[in-house]
Amino acid sequence: MLGADAMARCLVKEGVRVVFGYPGVAICPFFNSMLSVDIDRVLVRTEQNAAHMASGYARISGEVGVCVATSGPGATNLITGIATAYADSIPLVCITGQVDSGQLGSDVFQEADITGAVESFVKYSYLVKDVEDIPRIFKEAFHIASTGRRGPVLIDVPIDIQNASISRFVYPDEVNLRTYKPTVKGHTVQMKKVIKAISRSERPIICVGGGVLLSNAASEVSDFAHKYGIPVVSTLMGISVMPTDDPLYFGMVGNNGKSYANRAMNESDLIIMIGARVADRAISQPDLIMDNTVLVHIDVDPAEIGKNVGPHIPLVGDIKAIFEEITKYEAQCDCSEWVKTLSDYKAAEKSRKKPREGFVDPAVFIAMLSDRLKDDAIYVADVGQNQMWSCGYHKVKKGRFLTSGGMGTMGYSIPAAIGARAAAKDRQIVAVCGDGSFQMSMMELATMQQHKLPVKIIIFHNGYLGLVREYQYNVYKGHYSVVDLSGSPDFGKIAGAYGIPFYRMDDMKDAGKILDEFLASDDPALMEIMIDPLDVVK
Amino acid sequence: MQKKVFQLLVDNTSGVLSRISGLFSRRGYNIESITAGTTSNPAFTRITIVASGDEAILEQIEKQVGKLIDVRKIWELEPDSSVYRELILVKVRASDKDRQPIVSVSDIFRAKIIDVDKDSMIIELTGNQSKIEAFLDLLGSYEILEIARTGIAGLKRGSEGVIYPDSIG
Repeated sequence: MLGADAMARCLVKEGVRVVFGYPGVAICPFFNSMLSVDIDRVLVRTEQNAAHMASGYARISGEVGVCVATSGPGATNLITGIATAYADSIPLVCITGQVDSGQLGSDVFQEADITGAVESFVKYSYLVKDVEDIPRIFKEAFHIASTGRRGPVLIDVPIDIQNASISRFVYPDEVNLRTYKPTVKGHTVQMKKVIKAISRSERPIICVGGGVLLSNAASEVSDFAHKYGIPVVSTLMGISVMPTDDPLYFGMVGNNGKSYANRAMNESDLIIMIGARVADRAISQPDLIMDNTVLVHIDVDPAEIGKNVGPHIPLVGDIKAIFEEITKYEAQCDCSEWVKTLSDYKAAEKSRKKPREGFVDPAVFIAMLSDRLKDDAIYVADVGQNQMWSCGYHKVKKGRFLTSGGMGTMGYSIPAAIGARAAAKDRQIVAVCGDGSFQMSMMELATMQQHKLPVKIIIFHNGYLGLVREYQYNVYKGHYSVVDLSGSPDFGKIAGAYGIPFYRMDDMKDAGKILDEFLASDDPALMEIMIDPLDVVK
Repeated sequence: MQKKVFQLLVDNTSGVLSRISGLFSRRGYNIESITAGTTSNPAFTRITIVASGDEAILEQIEKQVGKLIDVRKIWELEPDSSVYRELILVKVRASDKDRQPIVSVSDIFRAKIIDVDKDSMIIELTGNQSKIEAFLDLLGSYEILEIARTGIAGLKRGSEGVIYPDSIG
């Protein structure tokens, strides 16, 4: 058995169902060995998207996403995808081929120090130097990626190691990492403090982040909120923890969030942050909310606690494990008055200013789209105005909302949606992007067609890099620099070239009918909606 | 495999140590010890690296490290014309019976006892590496609880001092 066979066997042992990748000489032994195992291989069109697809796959399946690239440029192309996953704590194992280990450091063809280059974006990385280490390293990599605070792990395997014979393949049952022991169970004393704080509070609020979804704890957290009638807001990454129309849900916080959500945070006397980083876009002035508020911070990563704000009650552990436990304690809490106040704020929210006639209104369009999507549909938003409108107006029922939050990587939606499709072949998946972000990933239409991973793609066409244009409008008094997307292709012809049905919506006339046709089948489809080039999010 | 001691004069910028250690890991060079400290000119840091490899590798190390922007100067501290010193702290288990013999061994090496507890003591020794190895060898018959070593620092013999490059230029 060769090292490459051992690598493929490790993936089988980990239950991997699909890998997203792009070959090159330095990873050829591995891809050759993949022919003899029952794991799907998806050929992407650029390596960055292999990492994004693995990310979409991981987020929907709850498994570790796997992407593979060759040495040198293949590996360096992965980096943005790895950094994107790192910023959102998505569990990935990234496998890269490497040049002959005897030639490492001598700048031979397609050599790149990928473990060095990704150092700041991975949870851990390995450069395999001995073929006998392969089973242990793979076991550790999957363990590290999928436990504690999730994140990407990279394994760099020189070609001679892939081609070396391994004397004995034994996949370890457990890992032995003396320095890595993430806390799972919450501390009982801290949990009791949380319960006590809830009993003392008149205006508690729960703020959920992406960590709740990563821990697969959405129903536990939601049940907890309902048990005591505590209102819930979310960060960008926490959208879809609660259904949008849940009477206890009060939208997304932050500078792009709902004003009533921010007001709820500001007026509460107890904030319970769950799996959220208290990052700058969600809470711009953490000191302010601390003035008259008790802050509880629940997170699996102890380093997040106190990083941006010092909580009164820290609680470290896996969120699912904590909420399975904490429901055993009883708090006294009646916040129906408070929920009523927040409901009044919500009802008084002014609707968005209507854009000019003759265009599609993004807010109305997204609401109409949401109404027509299946209950468990997966909605993938890209980055930019389309993302902000999606956060604001997409109504989650029982489905999921995916986007690149921490890194804000344009071009994420299409590959992530394709990866999500590979994880959930029976679910409806929509990728929403701008005309800028679409052009960053449109090569993956080929991947979608080749591997029969159909998704519905909607392009918000405004001829600008809209969110940057909006920023230049506000900050540089409308002096636009390098945001004009003239020269974009005819998207209908692009769709035609890939053999994908195309729909175009010029204004709100017939919007419902076009949407119905667009969503009618399970086939791939591309829709371009024409929005006001000067429309703004706020 | 041979060993060489390199001395570097580098700009005192944040990240300079990580650039140097990154170079070693990227190119697969072996580093035996590395010490860094400020110099009489606060704009510069002096780094002493003990590296091992064959002649060709050691030559590459000198050239590749010398190429780093932050590195002003790199030169070898040749054993014949340089002095090397390393400091170690050793904590040994020392019962009443052991204490006196350990003190005697330490005296021979001019080591200092810097802390004494009921059943342990900490010894400080400065010297070149062979002296330190010999000392640790002799202490081997006692139970060594902990060792901390600083790695080598060194200077060239003679009156020739370092001329600092213009710190602005």
